[in-house]
Amino acid sequence: MSFRDGLAVALAALSANLMRSVLTTLGIVIGVCSVIILVAVGTGASSEVDRQIAALGSNMLVVGAGSRSMGGRSSGAGTDVPMAESDLAAIRDKVAGVVAISGQLNGSGPVVRGAANWTTSLSGVHPDYTVVRDWPVASGRVFTAGDIRSSAKVALIGQTVAKELFPGEDAVGATIRVKNVPFEVVGMLASKGQSGIGRDQDDVVLLPITTARERIVGKSQVQNNQIGSIYVKFDPEVSLADAQEEIETLMRQRRHVRPGAEDSFSVRNLAEFMKARTEVLTTLSYLLAATSVISLVVGGIGIMNIMLVSVTERTREIGLRMAVGARRRDILMQFLVEAVMLCLLGGLIGIAVGITASALIAVSADWPVRVSPGVLALAMAAAAATGIFFGFFPARRAAHLNPIDALRSE
Amino acid sequence: MSADQPAPAGKAPLIRALGVFKVYAMGDATVRALHDVSIEIGAGEFVAIMGPSGSGKSTMMNLIGGLDVPSAGRLIIDGRDIGELDADQLALLRNRIVGFVFQQFNLLPRTPALGQVMLPLLYAHPRPAAPEALARLRLEQVGLAERMDHHPRQLSGGQQQRVAIARALVNNPKIVLADEPTGALDTKTSDEIMRLFAKLNSEGITVIVVTHENDIARWAKRKIAFRDGRVVADERQPGLLAEAAE
Repeated sequence: MSFRDGLAVALAALSANLMRSVLTTLGIVIGVCSVIILVAVGTGASSEVDRQIAALGSNMLVVGAGSRSMGGRSSGAGTDVPMAESDLAAIRDKVAGVVAISGQLNGSGPVVRGAANWTTSLSGVHPDYTVVRDWPVASGRVFTAGDIRSSAKVALIGQTVAKELFPGEDAVGATIRVKNVPFEVVGMLASKGQSGIGRDQDDVVLLPITTARERIVGKSQVQNNQIGSIYVKFDPEVSLADAQEEIETLMRQRRHVRPGAEDSFSVRNLAEFMKARTEVLTTLSYLLAATSVISLVVGGIGIMNIMLVSVTERTREIGLRMAVGARRRDILMQFLVEAVMLCLLGGLIGIAVGITASALIAVSADWPVRVSPGVLALAMAAAAATGIFFGFFPARRAAHLNPIDALRSE
Repeated sequence: MSADQPAPAGKAPLIRALGVFKVYAMGDATVRALHDVSIEIGAGEFVAIMGPSGSGKSTMMNLIGGLDVPSAGRLIIDGRDIGELDADQLALLRNRIVGFVFQQFNLLPRTPALGQVMLPLLYAHPRPAAPEALARLRLEQVGLAERMDHHPRQLSGGQQQRVAIARALVNNPKIVLADEPTGALDTKTSDEIMRLFAKLNSEGITVIVVTHENDIARWAKRKIAFRDGRVVADERQPGLLAEAAE
C-alpha cells in the first residue's frame, strides 16, 4: 500500500468517528497548547529582560558602599563608609578602559510647579551620567562641568515627571521648586521605561551632584564630597570581569582592606545580575515545558487507548484487508498513520489555541510574547512523535492479528 | 474440457494437497481439523467442498486461500508450497492468486461499491495503472453497473454479495474461494449467485465453494465431502448449468 493510500484510508477512518477523534486529541491539544504558551511567554520574558539590560546601560559596573557588619550582623548594602568624589577620581584615572563615569546620590522629595506637585526620586549626578546610562535627553541640554562646579540650580526631568507637571507642554526653560528651592529645567530625558524590578525609571528628577549634596540630601554628606554609588561605563573591548577585578583591587588599596577581610564596598555588574534572573526564568519555563510533556504523554496514552478500541472494533475489517492481500506492514502503517494524524490534528488545534492564548496574555498582561516558527515546528514534531510512539503498540497488535480469527470475529 | 477428465498429464494441477494435516491447540486439548488429506484440483474446475460443521472443510479452504499453513504435509498452490512461504508471500498469494467470497460479505462500512472492489488493488504490487477502470469492469461483470456509488446499506444481500464477488475478481485471480456464499441469502438470490459462479467458471476461473447444502453443491461439477477431517467422497457431476443446457 502506498503512503498516499494509507493517508486516505486513515482520513476516512478518522472522519467516520469525527467526534471521538477530536475528543481523543484533547490531551495532545492541551500539551501542544501549553508548550506554545510557555515558550512564547518564556522567550518574550527573556527578550524583555534583554531590553531591560540594554536600558540599564551597557558595559557598566556600579560601585557602592559595602555592608557594615556589627558584631557579626550585616546591616545591608550601603551601610559601610560611603563612596566619595576622590574614589570616583581614582577609578577614572587608574582603571583602564573607562569611557564615562558618574556618581549618583539618591534622595526623594516633592517637586512643585505652580499648583501641581509630584513626589519623585531626586538624583544628584555628574554630566556623564546620561552617557553611562545610555540615556540621552529628548530635548534641552545635559549638565555641564560648570553646573557641577557652581552647584547650579538646574534640573533634568524624566518623562513621567514631565507628564505630571507639564502635561502637553515643553518643560525646558520652565522653573520648578524642589524642596522649596527654584530650579530651572534645562532638559527632558528620553523615556527609559520600567526597570527590571518594575520601577518606573522615568519618574525621576536629575540634579547636578553638588547641588543635590548641598540642598537636597542633607548637610552631613557635603563634608566628605559623598557619592552614593559610582556608575562606570567601559570600552566595549574591555572585559567587564577584568575591570571589576581592577576596581576591587584599587578600592581595597584605597580603603586599606586587609587580605582576607571582607570588602567594605561592592562592585556589581547589573547586567550579569539580570542575566542570572533570566536564567531562573528560563529554568522555570523548562520546568513548565516538562509539565506540558507530561500532558503530551497523558494525551498519547489517550491516543493509544482509542487506537486499541479502534483495532478491536475493526478486527473484521483488518481480517478482510489481510484476506485480500494486505501485508502486516500495510496494516501496521495504516494504524500508525491514523494515530499520527490524530496527534497532528491535536497539534494543529493546540497551536491555534496556543497562539490565541499567547496573544491574549500579551494584551491582558502587557507582557511581550513571542511565538517563533521553531516552536511551532517543535510542537508538531512532538505531536507526531507522540503519535508514532503511542500508536505503535495498537498498530502492531492489529498487524499481528490472525486473519482467520479476525474474519470470524463479530 | 469435460468434468470427467482428470487434469492433463504432465501438467501439474493448480492445487495439490499431499498428506495434509492441520492441528489446532485449544487450551490443553488439540483439535485435528484435517487428517491426512490428499486431493488435487485442476485449473478450471468448479468444486463444491461439503461436510457438516467441524468436518474440516473451512480449514481446507483457509489453507487453499493462504490464510493458514498446514501442520504437516505439503500443499502446493499454483506451483508454490505454501508451507514454505513467509507472511508477506502468503499475503501476495492472497492478493494475486486467490479471491475470497464470504458468507457475511465482509464489505467495509461507509464505502461505495467501487471502493470495495478497488480494495485489493491497494495492496497489489505493482499498483495497476487504472485501478478504478478495473473495478468498474468487474462491477459490470457481476451486473452492478448501475450501483457503483451505492454503500452496502443501500444494497440488497444479493447485491452485496455481487460486490464481494467483483472484489474477489478484481486482481484477476486463478481461484475464487467462496465460503458458504449463499448462507445469508434466500433461495432465489442464492440461485442467482450460484449462476454467477457457474458463469465465471465457464470463463475459465477455478471456483471452489464450501457449503453444507446439497442444492448449492449441485451447481458444481465436482463434490468433495469431508468428515472428521478426512475426505470421505470425491465425485464428479455435470453441474446444474450443464444440466439446464441439455
